[in-house]
Amino acid sequence: MTVLSTSLPRVKRSSLANALVITRREIKDNFRDWRIMAPIFILTLIFPALMNFTAQIAINWVTKYDAVIVGERMIPFLLMIVGFFPISFSLVIALETFAGEKERNSIEPLLSMPVTDLELYAGKMLAALFVPLTASYFGIAVYLVGLYFSIGWTPDFWLLTQMLLLTTAKGLVMVSGAVVVSSQTTSVRAANLLASFIIVPMTLLLQAEAILLFWGNYGVIWLIILALLVVDLILVRMGVRIFNREEILSNEMDTLNPSTIWRDFKGCFLRPPQQALKQDAPLPRLNPLNIWRNDIPYLMKIYRLPLAVVLGFWVVAIAAGTLTAPLYPLPPGMLDLNDISMGAFKDVDRFSVLPGLGAGGIFMHNVRALIVSVMLGVFSFGSLALIIFMLPMLLVGYFAGAVNLMGYNAWLFLAAFVLPHGIFEVPAAVISITFTLRIGAALVSPPKGLDVGQGFLWTLANFSKIFLFLVIPLLLAAAFVEAEITPLIVHWVYAY
Amino acid sequence: MIEAKGLTKKFGDFTAVNRIDLSVAEGEVLALLGPNGAGKTTTVRMLGSILRPTAGYARIAGLDTVTQAAEIRRIIGLLTEFPGLYTRMKGLEYLDFFGELQGLPKSIRQERAEMLLRQFELWDARHKRLGEYSKGMKQKLTLVRAMLHDPAVLFLDEPTSNMDPQSAKLVRDAILSLRQEKRTIVICTHNLPEAELLADRIAIIRQGEIIVEGSPAALKTRLLGPPMMELRLVETLNGQLEGLDDLIEITSRGEDWLRYVTPFPQRINPQLLQLMARQNVPVFTLNEVSRSLEEVYLKIVEGEAV
Repeated sequence: MTVLSTSLPRVKRSSLANALVITRREIKDNFRDWRIMAPIFILTLIFPALMNFTAQIAINWVTKYDAVIVGERMIPFLLMIVGFFPISFSLVIALETFAGEKERNSIEPLLSMPVTDLELYAGKMLAALFVPLTASYFGIAVYLVGLYFSIGWTPDFWLLTQMLLLTTAKGLVMVSGAVVVSSQTTSVRAANLLASFIIVPMTLLLQAEAILLFWGNYGVIWLIILALLVVDLILVRMGVRIFNREEILSNEMDTLNPSTIWRDFKGCFLRPPQQALKQDAPLPRLNPLNIWRNDIPYLMKIYRLPLAVVLGFWVVAIAAGTLTAPLYPLPPGMLDLNDISMGAFKDVDRFSVLPGLGAGGIFMHNVRALIVSVMLGVFSFGSLALIIFMLPMLLVGYFAGAVNLMGYNAWLFLAAFVLPHGIFEVPAAVISITFTLRIGAALVSPPKGLDVGQGFLWTLANFSKIFLFLVIPLLLAAAFVEAEITPLIVHWVYAY
Repeated sequence: MIEAKGLTKKFGDFTAVNRIDLSVAEGEVLALLGPNGAGKTTTVRMLGSILRPTAGYARIAGLDTVTQAAEIRRIIGLLTEFPGLYTRMKGLEYLDFFGELQGLPKSIRQERAEMLLRQFELWDARHKRLGEYSKGMKQKLTLVRAMLHDPAVLFLDEPTSNMDPQSAKLVRDAILSLRQEKRTIVICTHNLPEAELLADRIAIIRQGEIIVEGSPAALKTRLLGPPMMELRLVETLNGQLEGLDDLIEITSRGEDWLRYVTPFPQRINPQLLQLMARQNVPVFTLNEVSRSLEEVYLKIVEGEAV
């Protein structure tokens, strides 16, 4: 059959040009909405002037009490606030443009146009960012011009760069976060409720920034900018993945169905991973032997990449710990390995942060730590789980480095203190964190052929399987060795 | 022009469309009939390259709906179930936006928009905000949007819903003229007389499957039996007519009328009229008793017939 073309001529355009057609329409629409424009206008012109006035009053007042530093620190803080308030509207606009279009059924005509999902996404993102960011930069300019003419204050180039970057990165976080939130809902109301997942962290971040700015530690702001850019990347990646015709038109229900979720989870847990989501595949009975023989080797094989990432971080953590040791050496006499008695192990639980050195206590502590890491990992796309995993490894590296500086053999230290139970405990932690990382990653990049929900359930079921049938046995062995054998080895190595 | 084989769409466990086979020739109008949730909209979305089929395939003008989606979206026009307009935009501006997304040059966009807005009696409202349009005007504007880029294939989901009778007629006339222009059209509708009027063929969908398919006349014959004829006489019929019972099987009768069923009306009706003439019985009318598509539809969707 021949391809039929209509008689009308067409203009060939780039992807960016297509996206900008959408952006232009949305921006024009924003300008026509007084509910958006009126507050933005106020925040752009009136609020910076008010902040200006506040800064002058504050400086005059604190100068009277020789607390000039408070005034000096307040000016950058108010600069950040002036920049932030208008961009907070990017969240409202983004929710309206993504969830609102779905709710008003105006998205489907757009989806029937010859534009790609990415062009649609980019067009809407740019539109949601444009007005608030422009207002924000303009507000900053008004504030700075005001300050220049009132008290002659001009910002340091790097401080201004930081504030502009911070404002832009925060706007992008809110907009890209709004896309993710909107994808899970069909109404603006529901999206607004879910938006607290964006507003609450942003509020906390603002408070942290306020502390840093009053403290005057502007260097840390760079780290915050870096972290925000990483979050931007993750959220944009997630948004690109989620914002597609299939997901938009398939998720037409806001309600969660616990029985379906449970059934899918059970299916993923009981079936071999290759057939986990095949509803028509038989649901076998729980067979630990099959799990050990088939599922675990298969899962370990397909989780090679996250496993490599975790092992890489493990090496980095140990190395970083070791390198930190010379910077923060242990006080002389604090650690005398030649004077270790068995009683020293028994007294460990006097420090409330450490578990008692009974096998049960150690086991429960380790299980708790891994469960907390999986919970935090889900909300942080796996990153917090990695950080929690790295902390003890940093300590191991640090102590190895520290004992080396004190003249002991670091390898012997590791072999006596860590190796006996570490043989079980480190693989358990590495495997657990590997599977946690994949749960977090599934939210950003679901396994091929699965949507976000299916990917989450599949990776969660894989984690549960591996946790119950591999990690827990390893942790039990590790706890027993750590409580009963490691002290004997340490005592044997160092006491004689 | 449209070809689908084993077209299936699942949302999780729910099968919205189950192994649908479709073939629509160039210039043909197909009506998809079915109750709410039968899978009509999902079928149209798959044919329009908006949703990917879970199984099976569809081709429009030889283009695959999955791998050549962008090309397909250039040659199809989609009238969605809900107008979904941008209420702060103006009529002309709205069309210009979609025309631009379709890649039409500005002069063509303006020319086409003016022509269609005039055709659908919306030209005077071109500078009004869409929020001020009536329901019927909104529906007409969405049809104009679907036709703006002069598509070869049109998918019309409930094209005359929300319209007053005058506007609905305007739209039906437009569809009939598109049919004359050899456009291929798929209409999803609940409006059975409209389907009968506009469509060459009707496919009835139930629970994601096409249950029956054929021309309105063929469907009626297949599901309601052969056509029923009604003969009306000028005067009351006194006594029995000779040879009448040999020619037709009378199903009911009155003083000056009778009804009969025949699978061959082309042959039987002239013979009956000749019989009447021979016996000097003046005939007032001889008509087919109209049977509505609704009867067929209800029989199918209620599961009485397949």
